Amino acid sequence: MTMNTHAARAIYLFEMGRTRRTLLQSIVSPVISTCLYFVVFGSAIGSRITEVDGVSYGAFIVPGLIMLSLLTQSISNASFGIYFPRFTGTIYEVLSAPISPIEIMLGYVGAAATKSIILGVIILITAAFFVPLRIEHPVVMLLFLVLTAVSFSLFGFLIGIWADGFEKLQVIPLLIITPLTFLGGSFYSIDMLPPFWRNVTLFNPVVYLVSGFRWSFHGVADVGIGLSLAMTLAFLGVCLAVATWIFKTGYRLKT
Amino acid sequence: MQPAIAVTGLSKTYASGFAALSQIDLEIRPGEIFALLGPNGAGKTTLINIICGIATASAGTVLVDGHDNVAAYRETRSRIGLVPQELTTDSFETVWTTVSFSRGLFGKPKNPAYVEQVLRDLSLFDKKDAKIITLSGGMKRRVLIAKALAHEPRILFLDEPSAGVDVELRRDMWGLVRNLRESGVTIVLTTHYIEEAEEMADRVGVISGGRIILVEDKAALMQKLGRKRLVIELHSPIETVPDALGSYGLTLDAAGAELVYTYDTRGERTGITSLLADLKSADIRFRDLRTEQSSLEDIFVGLVSHRT
Ligand SMILES: Nc1ncnc2c1ncn2[C@@H]1O[C@H](COP(=O)(O)OP(=O)(O)OP(=O)(O)O)[C@@H](O)[C@H]1O
Ligand SMILES: [Mg+2]
Repeated sequence: MTMNTHAARAIYLFEMGRTRRTLLQSIVSPVISTCLYFVVFGSAIGSRITEVDGVSYGAFIVPGLIMLSLLTQSISNASFGIYFPRFTGTIYEVLSAPISPIEIMLGYVGAAATKSIILGVIILITAAFFVPLRIEHPVVMLLFLVLTAVSFSLFGFLIGIWADGFEKLQVIPLLIITPLTFLGGSFYSIDMLPPFWRNVTLFNPVVYLVSGFRWSFHGVADVGIGLSLAMTLAFLGVCLAVATWIFKTGYRLKT
Repeated sequence: MQPAIAVTGLSKTYASGFAALSQIDLEIRPGEIFALLGPNGAGKTTLINIICGIATASAGTVLVDGHDNVAAYRETRSRIGLVPQELTTDSFETVWTTVSFSRGLFGKPKNPAYVEQVLRDLSLFDKKDAKIITLSGGMKRRVLIAKALAHEPRILFLDEPSAGVDVELRRDMWGLVRNLRESGVTIVLTTHYIEEAEEMADRVGVISGGRIILVEDKAALMQKLGRKRLVIELHSPIETVPDALGSYGLTLDAAGAELVYTYDTRGERTGITSLLADLKSADIRFRDLRTEQSSLEDIFVGLVSHRT
């Protein structure tokens, strides 16, 4: 039998429908937080640091800002999307349906990624009201946007399967992702750090995401664009491998 | 004829180490209504969950229309609809979206006319735009049935469909089940209400402690295992059973106006002839005789308590 596209589509639309119900909140909250970041970082700090790597500070932080939202939103959307039916028990229907693991992932991860991409674009548009934006490599920019949204939605999906309580759902985004993003050069160039801390930072995967994404905007980067891309793909690869293992073993999904 | 479902050597040991099913062999015939009876914790839901793909088997195989339910899960699952025991529904979706979602999930293209028909059959159509959270428990049960039927399954599992359901819904549900059977759908139901199995089923399987104890045509089962009561209406009441009749284990009923003799229809001889002869010699005259068949429930309780 060929792919059950109806099923993947049904899950995707179901999840998008859930988003639509909270549309206002989905748009308003990122717009507000973006404005806040610009007020705090752009104006307050930006008045002291005028330029980083030859780019105005306000424009410099835009890619990092988008990445921050992209990562946290992808994870929270995707993890909630799969955790909630597990929690309520409605997952029984997905498990009993003639649908392959790949189709299940396409539905849930696709919907979460779509939502974060829309969010990223909204933040980008909001940012354009504050600083003059220039995107030097729009195709690479889109590539990073999509790759990051998909990888981290997949990562969130895995968290949603692993979690056995609402606290665990929060713990990774809160304790790992947010710090890594803040420490990953979202709001500064890691070249500004002392050499020791700069080397430590290179173990932070988010550095590569932010750096590559920033390169697509401003043509400057902390690490090479090729390395950035490779790291992002590697992360996606690891998540896919874990997901495959989960579905093979039925881990946390089937008793 | 190829069975609709063939379960062979199926065992399930949960991660906790608890063996919920041991060596289950079971065949469900196409187009029949099969009732799975068993006390709480017997393993009914576990068995259904494994057949439907919600739980994994520790050993054994399940064939649905000849397809293996693991290797060919798309073929098997698209044929099956499941109404789960627990009322697990979305909350904020409408009845219409949740039922349409189920149809899509099982790989069927949109068909509003069919979904409408299912909702009408379940008296749900006027609630189609209501959020599920606003519905009563019985209504939610109907929604679950509608979801299970949304993809036009050939086999329907009803896991304790009568739990928390009022008389009216029960009647509707059985009407629906009969109609489905008419159209060739195979139905497997579990229930604690034995009258239901008695009323609905073609065949009955009894499961206890993770083992199938017996599978039998309902009629044959009732006949074969049924204990009958012979009630003898006396001309004039008596106070005690005469000693001469002591070996029959008779009891007195209706203030001494009736003598009750319980016998096993499976026995070589029922003892009725000699009882009647002995009544005559004891000079007890009677006006009438009648027999009563014990219900499936009596049989069931007898079986289960016998085993455990
Ligand atoms: N996930 C699980 N982990 C461990 N044990 C379980 C699990 N699910 C069920 N069991 C045990 O397996 C046994 C069979 O449970 P099951 O739900 O199949 O029974 P049942 O026949 O459907 O009972 P009921 O009539 O109460 O619905 C029970 O003893 C139950 O405690
Ligand atoms: Mg049960």
